[in-house]
Amino acid sequence: MSEPLIFERSVPGRCGCSLPDAGVPPAPFPEGFLREDLPLPEVSEVDVVRHYVRLSQKNYGVDIGFYPLGSCTMKYNPKVNEVAASLPGFVGTHPYQPAYTVQGNLRLMWELQEFLKEIGGFAAVSLQPAAGAHGEFTGIQMIRAYHEDRGDRGRNVILIPDSAHGTNPASSAMSGYRVVEVRSDARGNVDLEDLRSRCGPDVAALMLTNPNTLGLFDEHLLEIVDLVHGCGALLYGDGANMNALLGIAKPGHLGFDVFHYNLHKTFSTPHGGGGPGSGPVGCAERLARYLPGPIVTREYSDECPGEGHRHTEECFLYDWMMPERSIGRVKTFYGQFAVLVRAYTYIRLLGAKGLRQAAEDAVLNANYLQRKVKQIFRLSHDRRCMHEFVAVGRVEGSDVRALDISKRLIDYGFHPPTNYFPLIVPEALMIEPTETESKETLDAFADALARIAEEARTEPDLLRRAPHCAPVRRLDEVKAARDLVLCWEGLGR
Amino acid sequence: MGYSPHTEAQREEMLRAIGVDSIAELFADVPSAYRFPTLNLPHPVSEAEILRELQEIASWNAHVGEYTCLLGAGAYHHYIPSVVPAIVGRSEFYTAYTPYQPEISQGTLQAMFEYQTMICALTGMEVANASHYDGGTAVAEALIMAYNVLKGKRRKVLLSPTLHPEYREVSRTYLRGTGIELTGDEDLQADLDTLQAKIDPETVCVVVQTPTFLGEVLDPRRLRRLAEAAHAAGALLVVAVDPISLGLFVPPGEVGADIVVGEGQPLGNPLNFGGPYLGFFACRKAEVRRMAGRLVGQTVDAEGRRGFVLTLSTREQHIRREKATSNICSNEALNALAAAVYLACLGRRGLRQVAEVCYHRAHYAASGIAKVPGFELLSSWPFFKEFVVRCPISVEELNDRLLEHGFIGGFDLSRTHPHLGQAMLLCVTEMVPVPEIDRLVRVLREVTR
Amino acid sequence: MAYRIPEELRYSKTHEWARLEGDTVVVGITDYAQGHLGDIVYVELPEVGETYAQGDSFGVVESVKATSDLYAPMSGTVLAVNEALVDDPAVVNRDPYGEGWLVRFSVSNAAEWDTLLDAAAYERLLAEEEGGH
Repeated sequence: MSEPLIFERSVPGRCGCSLPDAGVPPAPFPEGFLREDLPLPEVSEVDVVRHYVRLSQKNYGVDIGFYPLGSCTMKYNPKVNEVAASLPGFVGTHPYQPAYTVQGNLRLMWELQEFLKEIGGFAAVSLQPAAGAHGEFTGIQMIRAYHEDRGDRGRNVILIPDSAHGTNPASSAMSGYRVVEVRSDARGNVDLEDLRSRCGPDVAALMLTNPNTLGLFDEHLLEIVDLVHGCGALLYGDGANMNALLGIAKPGHLGFDVFHYNLHKTFSTPHGGGGPGSGPVGCAERLARYLPGPIVTREYSDECPGEGHRHTEECFLYDWMMPERSIGRVKTFYGQFAVLVRAYTYIRLLGAKGLRQAAEDAVLNANYLQRKVKQIFRLSHDRRCMHEFVAVGRVEGSDVRALDISKRLIDYGFHPPTNYFPLIVPEALMIEPTETESKETLDAFADALARIAEEARTEPDLLRRAPHCAPVRRLDEVKAARDLVLCWEGLGR
Repeated sequence: MGYSPHTEAQREEMLRAIGVDSIAELFADVPSAYRFPTLNLPHPVSEAEILRELQEIASWNAHVGEYTCLLGAGAYHHYIPSVVPAIVGRSEFYTAYTPYQPEISQGTLQAMFEYQTMICALTGMEVANASHYDGGTAVAEALIMAYNVLKGKRRKVLLSPTLHPEYREVSRTYLRGTGIELTGDEDLQADLDTLQAKIDPETVCVVVQTPTFLGEVLDPRRLRRLAEAAHAAGALLVVAVDPISLGLFVPPGEVGADIVVGEGQPLGNPLNFGGPYLGFFACRKAEVRRMAGRLVGQTVDAEGRRGFVLTLSTREQHIRREKATSNICSNEALNALAAAVYLACLGRRGLRQVAEVCYHRAHYAASGIAKVPGFELLSSWPFFKEFVVRCPISVEELNDRLLEHGFIGGFDLSRTHPHLGQAMLLCVTEMVPVPEIDRLVRVLREVTR
Repeated sequence: MAYRIPEELRYSKTHEWARLEGDTVVVGITDYAQGHLGDIVYVELPEVGETYAQGDSFGVVESVKATSDLYAPMSGTVLAVNEALVDDPAVVNRDPYGEGWLVRFSVSNAAEWDTLLDAAAYERLLAEEEGGH
């Protein structure tokens, strides 16, 4: 059933909140400053609650079912993370409080910096970036600063494999670089010959996602590292797929110079319907002084705990520091603090063993599901995968498309895989099961795909008109783009 | 501890199905010299233990639940109706991804459409996107958008010196490498006339903030003149604004602003030590294709029923790659949801009420403090909920003493605005009870005697 | 699928068509191009008076999920643009060689006409592209 907009429930005179009076003699208002109209809805508290609860029921989340959205690492979000992030001592701290009044926050951030350094094999970490793409932008700016500081000003190109996320070229272009694409080879690796021909004195960096968006660990990674470093360029690591590498390999040791983590993917913080994310950046020693700040430092203190919150029991003092040649601030304040609390909690719960187990099970699940899906659809690359794989959403003897298969999956109670990405695989179905799904779930998903493939042959219209069991039928995206309505029409804009 | 459901027997069964003998075989592509490193991390703990540990850590902080907060400067302690966390805490919302499959994402999509509409209503603009990371990055993206609206033909951006210092810093980081010059804020004492005089044919846009970083509300008539001067030179006007102040004051959309941005945290989002926050972003419909960020649009489904989808995606990085309007991929959907629920709860009258309480209590506090010997009110009327006072002792020292009396003191302007001397930016919202204001005045008198 | 390739037109490798009319050239996108893009939702056209060299990007056509740059098949100055496409971009889908025209340029170098593909050559190009996928 269709839910009206909250504006359409408005009745003049209603208010959904009780508020205090000023309780002081009113100050005069300046003439000509006040607005005449404020066209917000007027609804009761009950109206608000029912409206948004009903809307929530039209959403599909990880808490409802399997969400194998490739490249997005939709793993279960532990509830304890939410409890941790809602502790009043965290929630109620203001970013401009003096450092000595927020030693708890700073300690948590310092520890998380240390954890991420250790997990990624990097010399330094900044928690500032607000999302993965923001981390990319940060890393590219650091790369620029590094080359410029060395007087190496001719490097205006960033190399990016054709399988990369769109954020990679966008982050590079936004930083003023020219983007040159590098081909993938038949096995889904970076085409070494193509890379070799493009490496030169004009290249600032290669941005590499490894495992890549096909779910494949590049079989020539060390040669790639040598080629890139050999021409004086740096290697940027897109950590979107770090879930496959926890305790398996450290990107910093493999040769990546700068790298972003997606806390909302790898470290189980919820995606929130599109955000907030969090994209801390780690780097090698030679780039540490360019990190965005401030970052948290720790020093031993002679004066041990005074009163209450003012000092830590360990006689450490935590403080802010701006790296020596920092690229500056990339966002207001210090990063997505409440997301950091969740990631910290997750790492403390799992420890080294649990993190490696997570990566192993993520890769186990992907390979298991890959074997099952291979019986139904062609694989884009039939080789051992890491945490995800790509199938081709075509059915012999039917003209249904990947999109139809995806929409039909909704009727079976599953969230569809990523469609039409990576761009180098036509009709891609990119499937990432994650480690938190059981064998039973994977089996049920594969069974559903098999049934859908059969339907594609016998009853293709069932797919083309899917979904049949969702709150709405297929939506007209062409109309949305042609007849733009971006704001409730009753507002009269 | 972990969240994998597998038993060892199941793992074995799955390995057999894959056709390998061990998990390690799955990682054969990882160079062996680097495979399976030691992770030197603390021993894992149980759920009960981690919560105990975090409660301990959190207790080292002074927080607004125990102290009266007089800090603002871009992050504000306002009342959050109980409805807001109840809705935002629904996991149908918070465990969903970006609504790429609209048929099972109508909850997020409709809520974002309502949020966009509310931002339009507040700012007086025609379209708003589904949010940026925070106020600072929204300002930076506004500059890039303005540059693109003018087709990259101009290279000078004028920043008001009273724009939040961190917004100015973030803007500079964002625009490094683009060849765009950011100027206008070198002299922190320069006024709007000085800024307006710098508009020339190279100017992309002028960026001002109201209320300013120092709390002063700019006269809408003055803003209109600034807009006219900018437009006459072919430049745009970008206005950063506190959304709570829009419960009371003329919105930038009514005085000719081309882009309106700001920090949406005050709308139902807790302080959270600075993040995650909410960058709101609004512009005119004619320029919507140059705007970055997600947009939700209205359409119909196959049966003609109203529904919502992400639209104008061709502006975005996943389609246009290096030619996209921005690299931004995520938004702050959950924070935007909080803002929508907050604004729905407060509504037309409630937001005005909050703004009025802030205004009256701030002016009451300012006049009380101004009477304390040694303190001087530097803000000129009218200000909104923040004002500047010069103090008889250093702000750092004063704040230490205030903390001992249960107050989180104001922002120390000697760090950012040294020309003001020992000056403090104080913020009084509806969360500062009147008796606390009276007590503050007494304490200031006491600790500086 | 068969795409229409009118005999009298010339074509670019980037799927624009060109029709000489006196010392002006009318430009649009081919049936193949519109078919591949799908439902066109927006066309961004240049301003009258702007000048482009052969191969310069002069605008963009967009569907819901893809965008395609438009390249000038011949050098020239924009004399007119098809304003009707602003309100109804779907015309490009319905009638790519007629009502769906995009831009009229003045011709600054008539010799460029012969650098363009004729219908037969364009048909071979499409056969290659289709075979390649």
